Amino acid sequence: MKLTLKIWRQDNAKAKGKLVTYKLSDLSADMSFLEMLDMLNEELAIKGERTVEFDHDCREGICGQCSLVVNGQAHGPEQHYTTCQTHLRSFSDGDTLTIEPFRANSFPVIRDLKVDRTSMDHIIQAGGYISSFTGIAPEANTVPIHHDISESAFDSAACIGCGACVATCKNSSAALFLSAKVAHLAKLPQGKVERAERVVFMVNAHDDEGFGSCTNTGACAMVCPQEVQLIDITRMNYEYNRSLTTVEG
Amino acid sequence: MALNAKTPEGPLKDKWQNYLDKTNIVNPANRKKIDIIVVGGGLSGGGAAASLAELGYNVKTFFFQDSARRSHSVAAQGGVNAAKNYKNDGDSIYRMFYDTIKGGDYRSRESNVYRMAECSVDLIDHMTAQGVPFGREYSGYLSNRSFGGVLVSRTFYARGQTGQQLLLATYQAMMKQVKQGTLTQYSRHEILDIVVVEGKARGVIVRDLVTGKIERHSAHAVVLGTGGFGKIFYLSTLAMNSNGSATWRAHKKGAYFANPSWTQIHPTALPQAGEHQSKLTLMSESLRNDGRIWVPKKKDDNREPGDIPTEDRDYYLERRYPAFGNLVPRDVASRAAKERMDAGHGVGPLKNAVYLDFKTAIAKLGVDTIKERYGNLFTMYRKITNIDAYKEPMKISPAAHFSMGGLWVDYELQTTIPGLYAVGEANFADHGANRLGANSLLQASVDGNFILPNTISNYLSNEIRTGKISTDTPEFDEAEKAVKDQVEKLLSIKGTMPVDQIHRRLGKVMFKEVAMSRNEKGMLWAIEEIKKLRKEFWENAAIPGDDKGPNSELEKAGRLADYLEIAELMAVDALSRKESCGAHFREEYQTEDGEAVRDDKNYMYSAAWEWMQGKDWKLHKEELEFNDIEVKTRSYK
Ligand SMILES: Cc1cc2nc3c(=O)[nH]c(=O)nc-3n(C[C@H](O)[C@H](O)[C@H](O)COP(=O)(O)OP(=O)(O)OC[C@H]3O[C@@H](n4cnc5c(N)ncnc54)[C@H](O)[C@@H]3O)c2cc1C
Ligand code: SF4
Ligand code: FES
Repeated sequence: MKLTLKIWRQDNAKAKGKLVTYKLSDLSADMSFLEMLDMLNEELAIKGERTVEFDHDCREGICGQCSLVVNGQAHGPEQHYTTCQTHLRSFSDGDTLTIEPFRANSFPVIRDLKVDRTSMDHIIQAGGYISSFTGIAPEANTVPIHHDISESAFDSAACIGCGACVATCKNSSAALFLSAKVAHLAKLPQGKVERAERVVFMVNAHDDEGFGSCTNTGACAMVCPQEVQLIDITRMNYEYNRSLTTVEG
Repeated sequence: MALNAKTPEGPLKDKWQNYLDKTNIVNPANRKKIDIIVVGGGLSGGGAAASLAELGYNVKTFFFQDSARRSHSVAAQGGVNAAKNYKNDGDSIYRMFYDTIKGGDYRSRESNVYRMAECSVDLIDHMTAQGVPFGREYSGYLSNRSFGGVLVSRTFYARGQTGQQLLLATYQAMMKQVKQGTLTQYSRHEILDIVVVEGKARGVIVRDLVTGKIERHSAHAVVLGTGGFGKIFYLSTLAMNSNGSATWRAHKKGAYFANPSWTQIHPTALPQAGEHQSKLTLMSESLRNDGRIWVPKKKDDNREPGDIPTEDRDYYLERRYPAFGNLVPRDVASRAAKERMDAGHGVGPLKNAVYLDFKTAIAKLGVDTIKERYGNLFTMYRKITNIDAYKEPMKISPAAHFSMGGLWVDYELQTTIPGLYAVGEANFADHGANRLGANSLLQASVDGNFILPNTISNYLSNEIRTGKISTDTPEFDEAEKAVKDQVEKLLSIKGTMPVDQIHRRLGKVMFKEVAMSRNEKGMLWAIEEIKKLRKEFWENAAIPGDDKGPNSELEKAGRLADYLEIAELMAVDALSRKESCGAHFREEYQTEDGEAVRDDKNYMYSAAWEWMQGKDWKLHKEELEFNDIEVKTRSYK
């Protein structure tokens, strides 16, 4: 199949960027989206032109390193897919695809399609952990955890930290990402001790990093490749309010 | 230099405690005077960085991704082993030790393996305390599954995302230390050389992958947790940017490389669909708990799998290995698949796959149970292939997966360069000639969290009076110059052959001759091909752009330059071992029915190779002694 690609090219965070058009033929429908970019880059390399910079690593939907907005949709057209899981069978022969970086104030462009997401690390640094030390842990079966609670904690913990929720949100809020971590840890008995401080520190860090506020539009959950649920945001709000009214932490 | 494994005195089960009792430790007040560089933010490097920072050392961590949470450990699916004996099925530390030594075909060091089994128990406690949502029974207690090569159920799991959950816990522990100020992160940084001063590892030369700047960093000790180099095959289950460069550069600075040719070829990956393919996604081995592997009995049978009746199916693993059936170790399962495919029974459009069928399990357990156990794997399979594996069997195929080989390390995980340590997949320890499933997350995690922090102090206790290590020395000048020269040389090739294309061709050569099945003629041919590719690379690689900012082609080229050297050592290593053991199957050494023939009299050693400045390698043998296990022919019949 043939595709026309309009790809965002930008030298660095300060430079101005623009869309550049490339045409590819001899594509096959079972190629992955990133393999298509590999092919384009091979063609550019042969011509001695600077290749298109894009982030990727595992290429199986789990590391969260790939990003991209395709025709206005973070991670491309398929709901709950990452870009690396997207295959060309999702497009039709002759389509034109506009490929841009994740856009958000808190995600400055590094080059072309690569963005800097260290702002998300900063949210975790603020408190997205259990402060236990290596060596301190009690026997794992000392505290039984209800099967369903553990499974539910997993649903939240599954977040791959890709930032598609931010790129999709009209306010560039990272509420879904943030709440997934708050919910994961608050649901488990091990995480309950620090739950009050954690949520406050993390929410403050979120705001300090320049992410916008959540206005409950829910677009984030529609794209999230791990299907993190909006209820986690409700959970976060509950935890936040609770922290204001409880002393025990 | 003679190899000294530094195995502690005493009975096997007391060695680690004896070591801990006697090893030197660093006074807490002195720890902040000591700098440690940890390369790698995966389970091994990340665990080491977090644990060392907790102890109060000054730690710098480097990795090439934008966040440590994306390190390749994240992709591990199936689980992590621990000898908890929660199932009351007779498991014990000794049994785990036994299974691992046997699984590795009696080619690993007893003392290290026993220690790994010992530490496994604490690891589950540690990870649970950090918030890992391991799978649980309805009673609320932790659940287990079985993995290949063992008869007990000792694998802990978090759905099919165990590596992700362990890594996130480790990453979170790192973030806690970043906040506390004892850990400094250098994301999007790639190590390009190790600096050795007066015989000791004292720092690294790195490239900032955002600015392109070459930087110097010094420390009292350097730890490499840089993962495996299976991506040398181009098509593999590894992440695209996984590489062997850090360990290889260390090798060229004097660290011996052990058993480089021992690569695990995983039996259950997705088959290659076409030339453009960039990676082979793994389907976790845990699927073999409930999935049955088969091929059509008739050659070139083009019927749909559902139309092939049971009597026309060959469940070849169950047939050949009745005791272990579908749960034979990986090397055995991969070779058996290759044998069937070579004999013309492969399935799929390229005839390069076998079926993994869940029909029996779904009938017995119901779809819901299968969904809870493997839901995300089935989803992943559908996303890639567009096929619903609840309705028809998966098609799977062997793929390069794990490097048993790596930097040679002693009991303290120190390489042959004093002050340079290797943890996780980057070292050669523990797995012998074949790794058992779910032992690698374990090894990486215990190396980083429990072992290294206790052994490195023995070395660092002599460094408290050393003071800051200067980067303004001839050794740093020289190392930096070599790195800059190489970058310049790569950018000046200006050829017409894309780096990936050369890499793909290297991968084909390696997969054909230095993978599942090896012979002398094939490997001699491979060495010639590797040399030709190396020449072609340096003459004609197409590396556009400059070194003033991000340049993925330049990064890939640097890694490929190293792969083109590692590949040769792999072939040299495989040629020199005239026996079949574990993943190393030499066609010249097999029984009539195609089982491996090991030669314990002549090859009961680990091969540690010394770099001779590009003129061949020198072999050092670490003879292996087995005092606590009877050495037998490995049989899964
Ligand atoms: C698809 C897949 C599934 C697996 N499933 C399982 C399983 O179920 N159970 C199991 O036990 N094992 C499994 N394994 C194996 C296991 O995941 C790995 O062996 C283990 O996670 C390796 O951890 P590590 O810390 O050694 O390295 P990695 O996690 O690979 O980390 C390497 C780190 O080093 C950094 N790095 C590398 N090179 C450089 C450089 N030159 N400069 C700077 N930084 C560098 C990277 O950025 C990264 O942070 C699986 C492996 C794969 C590929
Ligand atoms: S919540 Fe979903 S979309 Fe947001 S970072 Fe996590 S996985 Fe990505
Ligand atoms: S490349 Fe890892 S999630 Fe896409």
